[in-house]
Amino acid sequence: MSMKTSTRQVDGVTIVDCSGRITLGEGSVILKDVVRELLSKGQKKILLNLGDVNYIDSSGIGELVSAFTTVRNQGGELKLLNLTKKVHDLLQITKLYTVFDVKDDEAGAVKSFS
Amino acid sequence: MDSTLETVDSAEQAASRIATEAGFDDDEVMRIAMAVREAAVNAVLHGNAYDPGKKVSLAFEQTGGNLVITIKDEGKGLDPDKIPDPLAPENLLKTSGRGIFLIRSFMDEVVISPSQTGTEIKLVKHVHGPSEGVKEASQ
Repeated sequence: MSMKTSTRQVDGVTIVDCSGRITLGEGSVILKDVVRELLSKGQKKILLNLGDVNYIDSSGIGELVSAFTTVRNQGGELKLLNLTKKVHDLLQITKLYTVFDVKDDEAGAVKSFS
Repeated sequence: MDSTLETVDSAEQAASRIATEAGFDDDEVMRIAMAVREAAVNAVLHGNAYDPGKKVSLAFEQTGGNLVITIKDEGKGLDPDKIPDPLAPENLLKTSGRGIFLIRSFMDEVVISPSQTGTEIKLVKHVHGPSEGVKEASQ
């Protein structure tokens, strides 16, 4: 299953609902394009909802890191929401779990943006 | 197999099927399939650099209580000693360089054999499941 995204706005935060796989090729490109487009519109508070992402490979992890640093370098914030166990475990073993701001409650996550 | 992203997906799917047949549980199947995917990505992307004239070979063998997966490319040869540690603080925010680390995390043994004619990576997982004697290869 390839990656799909849809975006919605909640209290000034853009929530990107992602589903499928974030892997080398299409999935990584879609994520990059979505984040780039949001930044171009000045939407710098981004919450990536990964609740329906069942698979990420090393390229997908790299794309998450790239999105995180790109948003941060433009003065914004990118946080992760609803990690599946597989994605959670991957971020743990790559020591990225503490780098990303990871949330498991959407309302709380939205409020956490400054 | 051709040096394409389709080969990466095919290798992952084959690994998932064979690991399932070998009796691994769902979590282990996912880890083995991801390790094979990462090795295939390295072969296609970094080894053969998508060169249509270069091939990737993939072989599965279950022998002596191990599932052994061998992936070879025809690239310049990967020097494993030159791969930076992706867990080092200065590398944490790099956008690449985690493939070999994930492979080593998910498999019981990993042997990387570079040469001037390409790199062979051998992945070994100890089998605890019921079936034995699976053998499959594709060029």
